[in-house]
Amino acid sequence: MQTSTLVLVLLILAAVAYRAGRMRSLALVGGLKGASKLHSRPGYYGLLTALWCAIPALLVLGLWHAFDGRIVTDLVIGGMSAEVQALTPDQLSLVLNDVRNLVAGAIPAEMASPEARAAAARYVELQSLSGLAAAALCLSLALAAGAFVWLRISPSLRARNNVETIVRVALIGCSTIAIFTTIGIVISVLFESIRFFRQVPVTEFLFGLQWSPQMAIRADQVGSSGAFGAVPLFTGTLLIAGIAMLVAVPVGLFAAIYLAEYARRRVRAVIKPMLEVLAGIPTVVYGFFAALVVGPLLRETGESLGLAVASESALAAGLVMGIMIIPFVSSLADDMITAVPQSMRDGSYGLGATQSETIRRVVFPAALPGIVGGVLLAISRAIGETMIVVMAAGLGANLTANPLEAVTTVTTQIVTLLVGDQEFDSPKTLAAFALGLVLFLATLSLNIIALQVVRRYREQYE
Amino acid sequence: MATVPSDMARRTGGSLPDGGVQLDRSESAHRTVGDITAKNPVLVCRSVNVFYGDKHAIRDVNLDIAHNQVISMIGPSGCGKSTFLRCLNRLNDTIPTAKVTGSISLDGQDIYDKRQDPVQLRARVGMVFQKPNPFPKSVYENVAYGPRIHGLAGDRTELDEIVQTSLQRAGLWAEVKDRLDAPGTALSGGQQQRLCIARTIAVNPEVILMDEPCSALDPIATARIEDLIDELQQNYAICIVTHSMQQAARVSQRTAYFHLGDLIEVGSTDQIFTNPRHKLTEDYITGRFG
Ligand SMILES: Nc1ncnc2c1ncn2[C@@H]1O[C@H](COP(=O)(O)OP(=O)(O)OP(=O)(O)O)[C@@H](O)[C@H]1O
Ligand SMILES: [Mg+2]
Repeated sequence: MQTSTLVLVLLILAAVAYRAGRMRSLALVGGLKGASKLHSRPGYYGLLTALWCAIPALLVLGLWHAFDGRIVTDLVIGGMSAEVQALTPDQLSLVLNDVRNLVAGAIPAEMASPEARAAAARYVELQSLSGLAAAALCLSLALAAGAFVWLRISPSLRARNNVETIVRVALIGCSTIAIFTTIGIVISVLFESIRFFRQVPVTEFLFGLQWSPQMAIRADQVGSSGAFGAVPLFTGTLLIAGIAMLVAVPVGLFAAIYLAEYARRRVRAVIKPMLEVLAGIPTVVYGFFAALVVGPLLRETGESLGLAVASESALAAGLVMGIMIIPFVSSLADDMITAVPQSMRDGSYGLGATQSETIRRVVFPAALPGIVGGVLLAISRAIGETMIVVMAAGLGANLTANPLEAVTTVTTQIVTLLVGDQEFDSPKTLAAFALGLVLFLATLSLNIIALQVVRRYREQYE
Repeated sequence: MATVPSDMARRTGGSLPDGGVQLDRSESAHRTVGDITAKNPVLVCRSVNVFYGDKHAIRDVNLDIAHNQVISMIGPSGCGKSTFLRCLNRLNDTIPTAKVTGSISLDGQDIYDKRQDPVQLRARVGMVFQKPNPFPKSVYENVAYGPRIHGLAGDRTELDEIVQTSLQRAGLWAEVKDRLDAPGTALSGGQQQRLCIARTIAVNPEVILMDEPCSALDPIATARIEDLIDELQQNYAICIVTHSMQQAARVSQRTAYFHLGDLIEVGSTDQIFTNPRHKLTEDYITGRFG
């Protein structure tokens, strides 16, 4: 039986179970009139039966699918000749690929060896057997669990509480998935970084001024000495993020003040979504824009002023990134400014303050902690941004503070280190994990500080 | 017009007119009962209407507000007391939907005149709000805020002096003189409200509007504010909105009763509470509704 059909059948069974549970609870107290004698409303009895009918069966189905491919493959290998079983894992996987291709019809049967053909036949057979077994197991489990709960229904059964417990467990499950994924990513990055630091000392990585991550494949190769000093990457990242913030903070802030304090309702209704569209533009598009429009424009302007501007420059990437970040700053600042209570403004107006005095001396200071939080979030966004810098900032790991030169950033280097065929355990590849770890720690601490600042501010008025 | 009882006359220092002009406004559906004029008026309101969009919140109100006197405004919730009060310093300008018609003049000058700057006006007509709303700044900066923006102090010592006298007159100096740098929001509710009063008198207004200044305070803090009002009355005209009739009776010399946007009755506080002339006023003060 196909899995999708099986799931459908299970859902139908659950629906039937719902009706059955509901009917039974009502029948026990003599119809709708007696419903007040039930501990919970009749729907909860139905829901409880349905959940017990569906959830264990679906879980078992999921587990089955997680493991049946392995088991079937092992069985197929077990049924093949001793020579095949003696092959190395790499060769074995080639043979298995042949078998799978045969099953899928990707290669004509005449081209395969008789043994592979036999194995393929066995594979098909085992697979359908496994499907049938899964169906039988799941359906009987669904029926058994459903029937068990159905039989236990009584007016005193705390159906609502039980349903709520199940829902709560499901909610907890979903949130732990997110948490465990994060932890898993962190741990894997951490372990790879540790492997990197076994080959390249931490101090060299953090304080070295040279970045040229080539490693010789053979010992006698030219240019075999790699340098993994990440300082040029850090300065490049900070330079670009700094330029971006120089654009985004004033523009975003003033836009927010205008929107929150001066704009009429209708103007606000138009401008605010338009600003937020900026946040929805894919970063690749910003990247084009930076590399194809802003970069050349800056170079031409620089030439006419007698300045040497690289066609890929920190300035181009920073400017465009700044534009991208404007909506982050403006919409958070706008929220913070609107959250300042009207009574604060009234108090200031009541003393004869003008609108601009009120904004400068009362509203803005009151909203400042929240605005700082928004800016910190924007910085962490700027540091982690990849696409624009890959396309517009260049790859040269220059240690410079001159925004007209090409620089490179942590994210760009991660991309270049991992693009193309790589040995997975060369220092070059592992360096990407170390960079990723640094990046993660930087943005994580910025986010934590920012959230803390925002939260403290929110408590003040609510 | 009811006669002013002798004790009342003593309290008001005889500034209450004993037989004022009765305006004939037969065209209005609700003609205000009582004497709307006052001797020595600081604010003169004529035919004031306020609209919030289509909602007619204040209907054709005529009222004088006198120097050195406290007038209380009472009436059931939603009758437009706050709305009327906010007309007097044009704070309704900050509400986009609000529209005010009619004339209100301060010392003979129309405050809704095009040439009148609402900012200057609000320096002359101060306001204390229902909920204490100190700025998230230090106690000192809260009081210094107004003098700073109006350039009332030439240097730091003058500013210090203004802050100190304002706090003293608001009866808060003794409690905060050692922590002028503490945030104003860290004071107790009653202290915050007195801070707001100090902040208001620091710009030396002519009129002080108070919108339910004690509704968030306990009886002791309320009593302090009421004492303060008694004192301030010597220098300012005070309009106070209150839901407590005892408070109105305690602090004010005149009382105005509003009902659904109409000014129903005005008179001396004693007369309104002992001998109301309009049925609606009587119902309200005897607690039949409101
Ligand atoms: N900003 C506004 N927009 C629209 N209508 C308003 C606005 N403010 C007040 N109103 C309406 O105007 C009327 C008068 O309101 P106002 O606040 O002046 O009443 P109030 O007498 O002060 O009441 P309370 O004693 O409850 O404070 C009410 O019906 C109210 O709904
Ligand atoms: Mg009010």
